[in-house]
Order: sequence, then C-alpha cells, then structure tokens
Amino acid sequence: MLLTVVYAVWRAGDVLAGRPISTSVVWVDRLGLSVALRLDGFGLLMVLVVAGIGVAVMAYGACYFSPTPRAARTAGLLVLFAGSMLGVVLADNVAFLYVAWELTSVASFLLIGADHEDAEARSSALHALLVTGAGGLAMLGGLVILADQAGTWLLSEILAAPPSGTATGVGLVLVAAGFMTKSAQFPFHAWLPAAMVAATPVSAYLHSATMVKAGIYLAARFAPAFAASGGWRPAVITIGLVTMLTGGFRALRQHDLKLLLAMGTVSQLGFLMVLLGTGSAAATVAGCTLLLAHALFKATLFLVVGVIDHEVGTRDRRQLSGFGRGWGGVKIATAVAAASMAGLPPMLGFVAKEAAFEAFTGAGWWGPLVLSGLVGGSALTVAYTARFAATVLARPAAGPPVPGPAGRFVAPSLVLASLTVATGIAAAPLLDPLVTQAAADLDPRAHEAGLGLWHGLGVPLALSGVTLGLGALLIAARRPVQYLLAAITPARGAADAYAATIRLLNLLARRTAGIAQNGSLPVYIAIILLTTIAVPSSVLVRANWPGWPVVAESPAQVVIAVLIAVSAFAATVARRRFSAALLLGAVGYGMSLVFVVQGAPDLALTQFAIETLTVVAFVLVLRFLPAEFHRRRPALGVPVRVAVSATVAVAVFAFAIVSAAARQADPISDELIERSLPEAGGRNVVNVVLVDFRGLDTLGEISVLVVAGLGVVALGRVGRRQRPARRPPLGREEQ
Amino acid sequence: VRRSIVVDTTARLISQTAMVLSLYLLFAGHNQPGGGFVGGLVAGAALAVHYVAGGIDDVRAVLRIRPWIVLGSGLVLAAGTALAPVVLGAAVLEGNLTTVTVPALGTAKITTALAFDAGVYAVMVGLAAMIFEGFGEPPAREAGRS
Repeated sequence: MLLTVVYAVWRAGDVLAGRPISTSVVWVDRLGLSVALRLDGFGLLMVLVVAGIGVAVMAYGACYFSPTPRAARTAGLLVLFAGSMLGVVLADNVAFLYVAWELTSVASFLLIGADHEDAEARSSALHALLVTGAGGLAMLGGLVILADQAGTWLLSEILAAPPSGTATGVGLVLVAAGFMTKSAQFPFHAWLPAAMVAATPVSAYLHSATMVKAGIYLAARFAPAFAASGGWRPAVITIGLVTMLTGGFRALRQHDLKLLLAMGTVSQLGFLMVLLGTGSAAATVAGCTLLLAHALFKATLFLVVGVIDHEVGTRDRRQLSGFGRGWGGVKIATAVAAASMAGLPPMLGFVAKEAAFEAFTGAGWWGPLVLSGLVGGSALTVAYTARFAATVLARPAAGPPVPGPAGRFVAPSLVLASLTVATGIAAAPLLDPLVTQAAADLDPRAHEAGLGLWHGLGVPLALSGVTLGLGALLIAARRPVQYLLAAITPARGAADAYAATIRLLNLLARRTAGIAQNGSLPVYIAIILLTTIAVPSSVLVRANWPGWPVVAESPAQVVIAVLIAVSAFAATVARRRFSAALLLGAVGYGMSLVFVVQGAPDLALTQFAIETLTVVAFVLVLRFLPAEFHRRRPALGVPVRVAVSATVAVAVFAFAIVSAAARQADPISDELIERSLPEAGGRNVVNVVLVDFRGLDTLGEISVLVVAGLGVVALGRVGRRQRPARRPPLGREEQ
Repeated sequence: VRRSIVVDTTARLISQTAMVLSLYLLFAGHNQPGGGFVGGLVAGAALAVHYVAGGIDDVRAVLRIRPWIVLGSGLVLAAGTALAPVVLGAAVLEGNLTTVTVPALGTAKITTALAFDAGVYAVMVGLAAMIFEGFGEPPAREAGRS
C-alpha cells in the first residue's frame, strides 16, 4: 500500500496536469468486457485516501491485534479490500467497476463477521451484505441499461456523452439504489452502526474512511452529467440532508464512543452526498475537500477509540473517567481531529465547511433551503463532537491512573492528525492543485478551487458562526435536548424495518418452497422430463420427417442394441435397488460398446470409466438405503409414469432423427480437425478441443465438478449426522 | 473390515496397473485416445479397487493427501495454466509447444495443455476420492460416531 501511495504521488504530476493515465486489458472483446483502468484527478484523490489511510491502519493494526491466525486473516482481508477498493476508484469499464464493488462488499462481510462464533457479528455481517449486495445488484442492472443506452461500456465515455430518455432514467434510479445503500444513506443507514461489531481498525478503514465512500464516489462521477435531468438533484439532496440530520440526532444519543462515531459517519456521508450529488461545480470542489477532510479526521478518531478500547477495556463514555499521564498523544490527536470534525479553524474540516456553505450561497431559490439543512446538520455535528471530545479530553478522576498506550500505537493517529492541521493551514499550496484537478475531471465547468482559511467577511463565515452558536446552544441545553430526543426518536427505526423485511422474505421463501418442492421424486422427474421435451417438440411438429434411417449397419450393433434394451427394461422392473443399479451400469457399458463399434475410442473409454465409477458410487449410497424398493403407493401411478416415459422416448427418438437430418452448415468438426495439429500440436482432436479450443468450457466444467465434490462430502456428512434422529432417510423413494 | 489376502494382492496388482494406465492416458492424450478426464476416471477406478479391498482407510492410505486438497490443487493448476498467458501478455489459454529430450527415452513434445490436462486429471481423482469420503464409511462406524 505504501508502494501505491508512492506510485500515486510519482504519477501525480501527469494527472494534475490534466492527462489521465489509462490502461486496458481486453477480456471478452465481443461483450465489451475489459479491465480498463483510468487514473484521473478524482481517482488520484481517492487512491491517496484509500492507500494512505490503509498504510496508517495497517501500522496501527500491528499494535492492535495480537498475533493470532485470526489477525493474520484480518490482515489478508484488509489487503484484499484495499485492492478491490482501488479497483472501484480506478475502474473505467462499468462491468469491472461492478466486480470490484461487490468484492469490497464481500471483504466487508468477512471482516464484520470475523468473529464467527458471535451471533451478533454474524447477523451484522449479513445485514451489511444483504443491504449493500441488493443495492449492488440493482446497480448492475442500472449500469447495464446505461451502457446499453450510451453504446459503450466505458464509464468515461458514458459520462462524456450522457444518454437521456426513460430507460436512462430507470437506469439512474437503479444505480442510485446501489450507491445509496453502499454509502449508508437514509433509509438504508442501519447497517453501518451494526457493522461496528468489527475490530476497530476495520471500522476505521472500511466503515468510515473508504468503503462507504464508494457510493459517494459513484454519485460524484454521475452527478455532473445527470444532475440537471429529471428528479436527480431534489432526490439526492433530500436524501442526503435527511441522512445528515438523522445521523446527527442519533449520534447525540449514543454512549458507546464507537457507535457515536458511526452515527457521525452516517451524518457526514449525508453531507458528502449533498455536496457531490448536487453536480454544481462549486459544490463538487467542496465535496472533494470534505471527502479528504472526513477521511483524515474520522480515521484518526476511530483509531483513538480503538486505543482506548484496547487499553481500558471499554468504550462506554459513562464508564470512562478521564485520562492522565501518558495519554498526551491521544489527547492531541483527538483535539485536532475533533476540531476538524466540528469545523473549527484552522483545521481542514473548517476549510471544507466554508467551501460547502459558499457553494450553496446564491444557488437559486433552493440554495437557502439546502443551506439551512446543512447548518442544522453541522450544528448537530458540533454537539456530538463535543460529546465525544469531552469524554476523551477529560481530566482523570480519582482512582488508579490508566497507564498510557505505547508510542507506536498512537503514532498513526498523530500522523493523520498532523495532516489535518497541515492541510488546513496550508490548504491553498497543498490541496489546491489536487482538488482543482479532481473537480475538473468530474465536472469540466469547475474552476480554480481557491481553498483557504480566510475568505473575508461573507455569508459562509456568518453561517459558520451560526453553526457554532447553534452547536454551543445544543451543548448548553444538553439535558432538555436529551429528553426531547428520547421522546421523539423511535428505539431502533431503520434496523427494525430491516428485520421485518427479512422476516417477510423468509416467510415468503418458506411458502413458495412448500408449493414448489413437495418432496415427491417421481413428480419432480416427470416435470423435468416433460419440460425438457416440450420445448424441442414445439419445433419438431413443424419439421420435415426425413424418412426412417438404416436399422443396423452390422450384426454387432443388433446384439448391443438388444443387450441395452433388455437391461434397461429389467432395471425398471427390478425389485432390489442393487440389481437396478447394476442393470443401469449394463446399459452404460452397452453404450460404450456402441462407441467402440462406431470407431470412437475416446468416447468409449470415457463412458466405460464413468460407468464403472457410477456403479461404485451407487453401491456406496445404496448401503444407506433398504435393500428393496418401498412398496408404498407413489405419488404418480404406474400408468402415468409409463405414459410419461413413453412420451419422452418417442420425442427423443424423433428429435434425434430430425435434427441429424436438419444440418445446413458444414460441421465445425471438419475445421477443428484441420486446425488441431498445426495450431495446438495434437493429433487427438477430442482432447485438443477439450484442453485448447474449448479450454475455457473445460475450466468451467471442472469448477462445477469441484463444487459437486464438496457437495458430495457435505451431503454425506449431513445425512450421517441426522441418521439417528429420523426414520429411514430419503423415505419417500419411488415404488 | 474383514480382509482377504487374495483380494488384497489382486487389488494391489490391478490398481497399480490401472494407475500406470491412467498416467499413460494423461500423457498420451494429446495425440492418442486419452486425456485428463479419462485418465482421472481410470485413476478413480483404481481407488475404487482399493476401496473394495480395504474400505475407506485403504483409500486414504493410498491417496495420502486429503481429497479436497487434490480437488482444489487440480482446479488451481488448470486455472493457473489458463491464466498464465494473460499475465505474460497473450490470450487466455494460449498454448505453447516445446520439445524436450529425455535421456534413454527419446524426444517428446510437451505443450502447456498438458499442465491444464493434469489439472483436469487431479480434479477427477479428487472427485472420486470425495465420493468415497462422503459416502464410503461403513454404516456401522457411523452409528457409533453419531
């Protein structure tokens, strides 16, 4: 990750000069699938955040985790996550973007559920996966629609010439569902606080600084191109503001410092959504700045909470009684980051907030509405920041002092905090080029960022003052405010809605399964067979009958055919399962004899080996079943079953004859045989097809075999475990 | 498992011959009848012979490696062979051909497809072993275990 930062800084010169770096590896050309990567200004900003915070979190994690296998697993997953997150922010092909996007969800799932013995961790992980996964699926649909409308799979090209129309509108709504769930926007925000069961480095990295920004990232990409069309701007701004206020109110009610920060993250994500989803040039600049600021201060604060949790053993603010000697570093980091979060000068958070207020000053009739929402949300931020800071910065109470943490444990948060100060004080020289280019790559109309602490007396400064004043008021009146909040906020809200949805889904699934899977094997097989022949038969009735084929070409064929027919018939009337299995094997051996006679040694060999193993597998399974078939009346009577079998037999026979005569083009095998030796260096064309011409198919097939093999072992073990509990397993066998 | 010395000896004889045959099929596959699928199936049949002679313990003793490891490494080998050309800047599964001279045996042409086929072979062997692992334990022992 350090290498990534170094590389990103090294190439930054090119990107900041407005020359995006792009590269592409073609995957499936005809489907337009490729691994296309593109690093522009905004991508660079995201890469620096992802990799930079990643370095800090990794260094921190070395102190946080004791060296156990689980910690090693967590470290591996964090690297996997960092890789996929870089994929998200660098992807130019929307299909690749989706793959990387879902990989981050999967990594998040595994990291939240790292403690798989804890039921709460498991359900939280599932919650996060279901919400972001469902959103991701909707997004995939939306991206495909947009790519189809625009006629290109490249994100940069879609955005350069945005399509319009009803289909595009539907696609945008679906994409929005994707980034709203990912960025924990109202009403999907409940998964983010639940995800706080993960280890603190994980929360700091995934669930505050980077992964939840993926949604913001995508919104920012789409906003300049689509914000003016339809209901995008009102919808995104409303959702963002509601999220910002909800998160702020909820943060004020938390006692767990980590949950407080998580709710604060929800609030800030709403803020970011408003800024980067608006699609106006000034708001985009402010959004880029706030994105950086938030990553810096929130990661710092999470790391601090982790230190406290690790050293003291609790992060409940009611049980923490202040810190004394040895905690200086923690206090400095907290003070700086909290000041940035509350938007106090000279921190980067203040710069970002000023830019945000300025962006909506004079934005039209809706500007003041948005501004009042932002001021309200920021005032809440000031209030919950104070709540957080008061706990950490408090003087120690009486009692034994808590020993301070090791220096290298605190160092990452101090480094991040110093970056917050440096970029705040020297915003113009340090950040202007980066932010300007990032905004310009998002929105060509964007102009020089012009960040800074002092913009003269104006509306933004006044609004900052109002924000701080309101915040102070909230702090001063914290008791009445708490009573009020307790009275008006429902206990769980969105989390309850999620639980109810899941219950409903489970109920629905049970009902459908009860109807579709009634447990009768004969019925299943009859339905499968009849469906299989129904489709080809509809073509068959219109085809020309080519006439009867030659009955037999040699006496050997007659003998084999009789053998197969007799064994097949005997198998249907056999009373013992074992005999039936052996007779089925005889049918298969008969088939391989046919292949021998027809001169297909490869097929014969394969069929022979398969038959042998099948019989062995049958015998293995049969030991678990009674020797004879049941006498119980099956769900389908004998006449019905004979009728189904006869229909299938006739249809297959007719289909074989008709389709063999229906050939219009030359068989592909001629060409394959011709190309086999010169191109693949093999004379056995069957094998060459398998491993070379159709090698990818083979790869897919053996993947299926691997899954089947795992299934076999799982099935065998599960069946064994339940044996004593039930009467004969697979009791509803046929006959 | 009650063992019979006649069955044991015959089984060893047959299974070893079958193993050699399966390897022959794997290597000859590119030019003559055979290949990874068939070779792996024959090797699976050889395992079946061991199963008949000595039950699941005998299969485990012969295979030594756990079946899921065989299965997984087969898939990794095949996928790796398929993807390696991409890393080297060619198309997926692009083959390559070299001729090697083995002392005393003569020359042979080796293609990268052989590695792919070996992966297929391992998957088939692993699958056969998985079936024995899944359903191969004697019912009596299971009753005691559960």
